[in-house]
Amino acid sequence: MITEDSIVATVVEAVRTREPLLIQGNGTKAGMLRPVQAGRTLSTAGLSGINLYAPKELILSARAGTPLTEIENAVAAAGQHLIAEPPDLSALLGETGRPQTLGGVVATNLSGPRRVAWGAMRDHVMGIRAVTGRAEIIRSGGRVLKNVTGLDLCKLLTGSHGTLGVITEITLKVLPAPEATGTLVLPGLDEAAAVTALSAALGSPFGVSGAAWLPAEAVARVPGLAGIGGSATLIRIEDFAESVVYRIGRLKEQFALADAVLFDTELSRAVWRDVRDARPLAAREEDAVWRVSVRPSSGPSILNALRPLGLAHFLDWGGGLVWLAGPADIATHAAVETAARAAGGTWTLLRAPEVLRGAVRVVPDEPAALARITREVKAAMDPAGILNPGRLYVGL
Amino acid sequence: MIRQPDPKPDIMDRRDAIVAGLRALLPESGLIAEPRLLKPYETDGLSAYRQPPLAVALPETTEQTAAVLKYCHQNGVRVVPRGAGTSLSGGALPLADAVVVGMMRMNRILDINYPDRCAVVQAGVTNIGITNAVSADGFFYAPDPSSQLACMIGGNVNMNSGGAHCLKYGVTANNLLGLKVVTIEGEILDIGGAHLDAAGYDWLGLLTGSEGMLVVVTEVTVRILRGPEGARAMLAAFGSNEVAGAAVDAIISSGIIPVALEFMDRPAIHACEAFAHAGYPLDAEAMLIIEVEGSAEEQDRLLGQLSDICRKFDPISLKVSQSAEESLAIWKGRKGAFGAVGRISPDYLCMDGTIPTSQLPHVLRRIQEMSDSYGLKVANIFHAGDGNLHPLIMFDANDADSFHAAEEFGADILKLCVEVGGCLTGEHGVGVEKRDLMPVQFHAHELQQQRRLKSAFDPDWLLNPSKVFPLLEPEVAVLPQAA
Repeated sequence: MITEDSIVATVVEAVRTREPLLIQGNGTKAGMLRPVQAGRTLSTAGLSGINLYAPKELILSARAGTPLTEIENAVAAAGQHLIAEPPDLSALLGETGRPQTLGGVVATNLSGPRRVAWGAMRDHVMGIRAVTGRAEIIRSGGRVLKNVTGLDLCKLLTGSHGTLGVITEITLKVLPAPEATGTLVLPGLDEAAAVTALSAALGSPFGVSGAAWLPAEAVARVPGLAGIGGSATLIRIEDFAESVVYRIGRLKEQFALADAVLFDTELSRAVWRDVRDARPLAAREEDAVWRVSVRPSSGPSILNALRPLGLAHFLDWGGGLVWLAGPADIATHAAVETAARAAGGTWTLLRAPEVLRGAVRVVPDEPAALARITREVKAAMDPAGILNPGRLYVGL
Repeated sequence: MIRQPDPKPDIMDRRDAIVAGLRALLPESGLIAEPRLLKPYETDGLSAYRQPPLAVALPETTEQTAAVLKYCHQNGVRVVPRGAGTSLSGGALPLADAVVVGMMRMNRILDINYPDRCAVVQAGVTNIGITNAVSADGFFYAPDPSSQLACMIGGNVNMNSGGAHCLKYGVTANNLLGLKVVTIEGEILDIGGAHLDAAGYDWLGLLTGSEGMLVVVTEVTVRILRGPEGARAMLAAFGSNEVAGAAVDAIISSGIIPVALEFMDRPAIHACEAFAHAGYPLDAEAMLIIEVEGSAEEQDRLLGQLSDICRKFDPISLKVSQSAEESLAIWKGRKGAFGAVGRISPDYLCMDGTIPTSQLPHVLRRIQEMSDSYGLKVANIFHAGDGNLHPLIMFDANDADSFHAAEEFGADILKLCVEVGGCLTGEHGVGVEKRDLMPVQFHAHELQQQRRLKSAFDPDWLLNPSKVFPLLEPEVAVLPQAA
């Protein structure tokens, strides 16, 4: 049986033999970023279960291997939800038949549409336990909502892709789930007009919690959008039922578009679940998938720059998150990289065949002075370099 | 008394040369070394501790900041970054051999971008200055520490400051997009930008709340938010801390997320009422201020639901504001709490721990017992939604015994916070004030791990070196990186 102590023992042995470890939960995101060359796999999947759930204190603690669905079900039963709306990317990363774990979601800092209004996964990690590459169990944060005691290793470990420590336990802030959800659908806008509308919606006083644009071919992949011809610009409100009606109504007035459509709670939830899980992205089996993050107003410029390549695409986060899919070759990757850099943004190669993932930068290189700090921080946490070596950067 | 590391003798000996060297890097009047002029920099919001620095550098640009840090690095000079000097934990307390690098001349707003809902500001812009710059267009910067009129955004980043509205809007870390920072070597780095969630390690998250120990922040890209249509407050007073605590639980369980949920105990109510005449009920043991947002109808509906919830707990009084003016009156007492306590006691310490909210009645009972045994009065103000407790311990600074008792009382409260599952500091930071309590919350190897992270940024331990971590015996700051 796997325990925190057995993880310590595994790390001690790996340090002694200088044999790298592939750190994962259920491996549902193994296809992300660079391939890890490791003789052994250390999975936290067996380290499962919710340790603490105090709905009145908005706090939940669970072991890293707990299936995310188990946590989602537990909080839903108490009328609460996970704030960052983490996606299930199995449509893109492949069905493994196993559920993604809380540890995997935190280690990759994946957030869904609500991120634009309510923060990322990393914003709601209140406490963490991890085994470092020094085979020490360390804690950061705790089980309270406000905590600035010492350096924030919760944020450093969240999104570190298992390269700084093996996360064993996570404490999350949760919030009451909204009573109702409504969506205003604006059909037929091009990406530039859509992002202008989404910016206006996000800059309104109505608390928009989702803002996405889907081109026609992406619309066609979302069952809930059947009947919408052409593109769809989606604006979401989540609140008490009366507030949703009022706020969506005010937004509809604001845009004064005759063909705007309103979706009720049930339809809204289905559509936003698909957006969350990137199902609108028309990625062919052999395609690579990129996630580009830019200032929202630059989303259309990314699409413009890449238009000659004919990549599948859609926009979330008000235009700031650009989902792209296309040929898994170095030239296409370089074009995505160039477009993202020109817009002052960042990018992640989310999915690609190993040969491409091993050959290119999967995230942007850091400037030399920062890359030096990255190496020092890695050495401080994992001096023997045994935890997921090479996952983010070559030689690290 | 807080122990400080011994000044480096060679630095003290070379004082004049260092001052001249730094003066050459800065504009006219950008370097202060005259003892009389150093006086304003010898302390911060934790005014019980004072130490004039070697000199104060006031750069006007990131490049000047970089030049100063590079010089200090090359010459082994310690550096203490400073914003407005409002830290309540002594985060900006100088060292005798250190150069204070003050950000007050970097006070320009560089860019406001409504379509992308962000603003780029220099580190010396005040917290309220950001909101003031965008409020005419209906926007605001969300974190609102009590010192927001004076405190600077660079300091907010370094302390990860909170405020009364964190329950809905989060703390500083949740409202940042990017930073421009300078390393101790004088390298200028851009972290993040106007986009969300940079790939790679979350430097933005690690640097936020790092208390000036890792880098010097010179520019900040903040998220600005469109304000709600309106906001209104209500006041509910109860017969005991337990009952008020139960009402808080019931509110959170109802699914309503109030934008603020503040708790005051009897001494706090009395102090604030005497000061502000806000109409607080003096027969109550505990009082809540609850604020909601939305249209007038939404406010009515939410305040109606909250009133119904509060009525189940036998309130002594329930007052729902009917206008913006009445809401201001309700807030007036709470916002004047520090002044109010200052009026009934010559001096006070403002503590800052966080507890699981379910522990509130227990913790308040224990604090009252401690108050009796130390013979010092205490008033408690509490961000009830997120568990952040601010006991104000009253003492007399002219009486050394009274001050030491207040410090011990404060330390006992913070130990209690950790004992019940909370932490030493919710929003003020560790600074020097709570530095020696860190082993109460962390194991020795956990502190060593955090020290190693500091070493990764600042191998010579020149940046704010005496803060956050207990001094090592003998004082060996540089830790080996090898396994």
